Amino acid sequence: MSNGTSKIEYVSYLEHQGKYEGIFSWIFATDHKRIGLLYMYAIITFFFIGAILGLLMKIELIAPGETIMKPQVYNGVFTLHGILMIFMVVIPGLSAVFGNFFLPILIGAKDVSFPKLNRFSWWIFIAGSIMAVASQLMKDGPPDTGWTFYAPYSTSTGTNVIMATAAAFVLGFSSILTGLNFIVTIHQMRAPGMKFFNMPLFPWALYATAWIQLLATPIIGITLLMLIGERLFAIGFFDPTLGGDPLLFQHLFWIYSHPAVYVMILPAMGVITEIIPTFCQKQIYGYKAIAISSLAIAGVGFLVWGHHMYTSGMSENARWFFSLLTFIVAVPSAIKVFNWISTMYKGSIDVKPPFLYALSFIFLFIIGGTTGLLLGSVATNVQVHDTSFVVAHFHYIVFGGMGFAFFAAIHYWFPKMYGKMYDYKRANIAWGIIFLGFNLLYFPQFIIGIEGMPRRYFDYPIQFQTSQIISSIGGFILVSGLILMVFNLIQGARKGKLAPANPWNGSTLEWQIPSPPSLENFDEEPVIKKNPYYYK
Amino acid sequence: MANNSSHTTEYVVLARVLLLLMFLTILTISITSYHLGAFTVAITLLIAGTKGYLVLSYFMHLKYESLLLRILVGMVFVLFALIIVITFIDYAYR
Ligand code: HEM
Ligand SMILES: [Cu+2]
Repeated sequence: MSNGTSKIEYVSYLEHQGKYEGIFSWIFATDHKRIGLLYMYAIITFFFIGAILGLLMKIELIAPGETIMKPQVYNGVFTLHGILMIFMVVIPGLSAVFGNFFLPILIGAKDVSFPKLNRFSWWIFIAGSIMAVASQLMKDGPPDTGWTFYAPYSTSTGTNVIMATAAAFVLGFSSILTGLNFIVTIHQMRAPGMKFFNMPLFPWALYATAWIQLLATPIIGITLLMLIGERLFAIGFFDPTLGGDPLLFQHLFWIYSHPAVYVMILPAMGVITEIIPTFCQKQIYGYKAIAISSLAIAGVGFLVWGHHMYTSGMSENARWFFSLLTFIVAVPSAIKVFNWISTMYKGSIDVKPPFLYALSFIFLFIIGGTTGLLLGSVATNVQVHDTSFVVAHFHYIVFGGMGFAFFAAIHYWFPKMYGKMYDYKRANIAWGIIFLGFNLLYFPQFIIGIEGMPRRYFDYPIQFQTSQIISSIGGFILVSGLILMVFNLIQGARKGKLAPANPWNGSTLEWQIPSPPSLENFDEEPVIKKNPYYYK
Repeated sequence: MANNSSHTTEYVVLARVLLLLMFLTILTISITSYHLGAFTVAITLLIAGTKGYLVLSYFMHLKYESLLLRILVGMVFVLFALIIVITFIDYAYR
């Protein structure tokens, strides 16, 4: 694996003996690669807990009326499901795991700019996660507001809203610090010769994301503090009976949370942009358009938050203006889709598991994006707002998009991270089960959403039952596919064949170093002379 | 932070900026004794903005940083302004 000529004895980062031993060599690790893995294990664990909660909801919805839980329990379950999945899985997801692991390598650096800050971010992440769990166990009962914490309900419900919002507040700091670290790393640590415009496109996506994390997250922080203040001292920010304005909460919440959806999806687009050229053995089409569209999405994405508030009683002028801006932000996303497809055109395509996930990402993202436009135009939104149509839309984007990109990334970079290879055949089967289950689970929700099935309800009229049953069956299929996928990866890490340094014949820097990489990634500082996607 | 030619000139500049900031603070307070109506808020915000600019460029050394960095910081304020303006499209017409 190591290239015998190196001067320094090759020791992989997994075997490297640092100051600490055993478990402490992980908890106190400052190596960006180990921190990336730590995030990954935590996030996959949270993901499975969240998925089980989702499955419980689907079991409840198999028949009208009470099936396995009381309405209040259902409220708690969808709230926790949302908090876990949004704040602890998809927001940190790609940037904390694969950003940490691969950003420094892709730009030819030894580590991020502030390794200790990076370790601190990880600790904060765990602290926030523990608080989120605590909010479930404390005496007033699990929060029941939904992950959106809308006031004035959240200022008046008796449940543990303070603990849950405090958890989201703490988790936000982890996000801010990671963003800051990445911005500085990209400005300061690029290898000699690597200009901004010959940086690979995953770092570009992370760069755009990092700015959103840095600038938007403080807004949710202060909003949640205001909410806590309102609950404790009845200040009157949001509660109309105290002279407050509940729409102020929605504005502040979405000023963060719409940009946050781009924190989820931009790195996902970055991953797909790395995978497609590798498996087509072809130069990426429209490098600059992709790089700049990431920045455009990040910028315009800050200005469209009001599309979550069309039915809230916001002013008419604000409504059409937000609708206009929402249509504009769809343009750079579409640019990327065209670029990926043009890259595939006349490429020598090799359909391996990472590429399958990348292809299905594009498919699902298009469904999610076009239904987003339907939601983005005011007139149609009024019909489907707060129905399961919205649930289907954002699951197609967040799970079909970010989730599938995460799986694509794992299957793509796995040999680099562990130096081992997983079983292709089993990976393909797992992909098929996941893809089938996913569509069965969420597609019917578009249909019953248009027909009027509200979201966040534990009951429904009998006319929706057929679709609900299909959807529930899809849920079970999906989860079994996920279990097979993770099982296959664990088997690969433990008993897989040794992986070569460059199993996919990739052209970016991570494939030019041994698998798994050494502690400092590169024996000598690489000097970059050409663009990152170069194929004969 | 280009050439640290002479530290004394730098200190002189910083002292002048400090004086200017104090003057602007006094201005902010004294302006309240004139009855300018809605303009009071606008003017005080303008003064506060100027002060922020001075602090950023001299005390936080942005003036001596690369153009790219200055543009990036500038964009943050543009973004902030846009968000405020757009929010008020709701509040002004509701
Ligand atoms: C690109 C990644 C995207 C992500 C991650 C995403 C995510 C989400 C999420 C999580 C919600 C649910 C909010 C809630 O709890 O009510 C949502 C709703 C919405 N999305 Fe997206 N979305 C994306 C793309 C788009 C696009 C491209 C558009 C339009 C061009 C769009 C338009 C909307 C609208 C209008 C709503 C509000 C629906 C309503 O509540 O009435 N989204 N999106
Ligand atoms: Cu949005």
